[in-house]
Amino acid sequence: MSKIAQGFVISLVCCAFLAGAAAAKENIVVNGSTTVLPISQATAEAYMKRNPGVNISISGGGSGNGIKALIDRTTRIANSSRPMKKEEEQLAASKGVKPVAHTVAIDALTPVVHPTNPVNDLTLEQLSLIYQGKITNWKEVGGKDMKIIVISRDTSSGTYESWQEKVLHREKVTPRAQLQASSGAVVQVISKNRYAIGYVGIGYVNKSVKALTVNGVEASAKNALDGTYSIARPLYMFTDGQPTGAVADYIRFVLSPEGQKIVKQQGFVPVK
Amino acid sequence: MPRRLKEIVIKYVFFLFASISIFILGLIVAFLFREGIPIFSVVSVSDFIFGLEWYPTFNPPSFGIWPLIVGSFIVTFFATVIAVPLGVLSAVYISEIAPSWIKEILKPVIELLAGLPSVVLGFFGMVVLAPWLQDTFDLPTGLNIVNASFMLALMAVPTISSISEDALYAVPKEFKEASYALGATKSETILKVIIPSALSGISTAVILGMARAIGETMVLLMVAGGAAAIPESLFDSVRPMPASIAAEMGEAPFRSEHYHALFATGIVLFVLTLAFNLIADYVSNKFKEVGSATL
Repeated sequence: MSKIAQGFVISLVCCAFLAGAAAAKENIVVNGSTTVLPISQATAEAYMKRNPGVNISISGGGSGNGIKALIDRTTRIANSSRPMKKEEEQLAASKGVKPVAHTVAIDALTPVVHPTNPVNDLTLEQLSLIYQGKITNWKEVGGKDMKIIVISRDTSSGTYESWQEKVLHREKVTPRAQLQASSGAVVQVISKNRYAIGYVGIGYVNKSVKALTVNGVEASAKNALDGTYSIARPLYMFTDGQPTGAVADYIRFVLSPEGQKIVKQQGFVPVK
Repeated sequence: MPRRLKEIVIKYVFFLFASISIFILGLIVAFLFREGIPIFSVVSVSDFIFGLEWYPTFNPPSFGIWPLIVGSFIVTFFATVIAVPLGVLSAVYISEIAPSWIKEILKPVIELLAGLPSVVLGFFGMVVLAPWLQDTFDLPTGLNIVNASFMLALMAVPTISSISEDALYAVPKEFKEASYALGATKSETILKVIIPSALSGISTAVILGMARAIGETMVLLMVAGGAAAIPESLFDSVRPMPASIAAEMGEAPFRSEHYHALFATGIVLFVLTLAFNLIADYVSNKFKEVGSATL
């Protein structure tokens, strides 16, 4: 929640700044995934500090929204937590937009539960069955005799799609699953509910929830990079064609050692 | 400028402004239908409305919004059950019983309730009411029908209360005086004369309150839990239509089947709110108390 709020504040500040400053400033509009949002915010702040001639305004409307904005040419960079879909590629081609993907970070999806839950580890198989609604009580996986409340992200979010692919292996999520609209909301709900299980990118895990290990492997930068942690996905920034000028410079900064250090500070796994 | 000309000019300026809003509404409706209709080449109207499975991004996708419709109706129904006594009785108290200084406090406070941003109510439901419900009744989840209905009722009370109050206020004074003259007490007058005379206005208030509740988005997104299944108990989560649209629109690829299905859900919602408004209009015209006789 607070990260999203922060995002709004930052974009507001950027807008206000832009309105007041001289028109000579170059403006980069960034839109898209709420998962990539913290990376965008932190790198943009650092970048603008060193390059006062550039304004970066960021909003997090979701991966689909960002890609649509890129295709409509209302944004220069589209953040996305998933690759582009075939229909989106076709639409882009029909409008003469040539999206180029830049992998900026790797996100490890982590199952989270209430801190008082005695369960520490689940196998990928158990996670899958819980999310399909076939395991419905915590005692079946070594916990207390309590109903499992399944919390998922919206079926159209990039986070959900990764989860469905890596954990559910394309089986359907139980319709009884509660769907939350953002990763922040998932953490908020889990922290208040002893019965619940959810999943978020490791950037969102905090002290109010307990992260589970999967097949005995902890979700960490190291384990995601060397492939031992299986529920991990790349995060992208899309540009129209190979970027030039300030956009290219900003993306180079995100991929530079300094930018990747920020990625790590935000709780994601650097790509380099 | 001659006076006649001035009149004509003013008349057309007002006509223009009135038309603008109708024109904009027309454009929005046209847009809604243009973006929503294409889904019906993929799924039939009855499969869309009565389909039990909402898996818009699955391969192959299923676009059945029946669980969402049921979710919307259930929370609206229980919100109405809670809001009607609260709204109508507070209107009766304000217009008939309260001394004027209490009236002057109570009325703005209830109207202030209408001004509360829905996201604030949603936050309250999520952070305060949900954990309380969960602990008190030992429930697996506090984000459920009860929580959502209660929050929606809070939003519908000001609508119901202020429109009912107008209706009560409009009851001709002669009715009251006649009742007192026949020796009726105050409570008899309120229950047997004033409320029955204002019944059409009160019904309108209730229906408009329901229309307000069924279209509400933010609160439902935050406190209804968002499970797209037909609920089995009052403490189950539901996923009402507006919440589904708001949550999924941002990530649905532009002009995809999912996108069209969300717009089609919007059409269903639009038709429902329109129906509520038409019923309210009909009720208020049909059963209007007209005229009063004086000596």
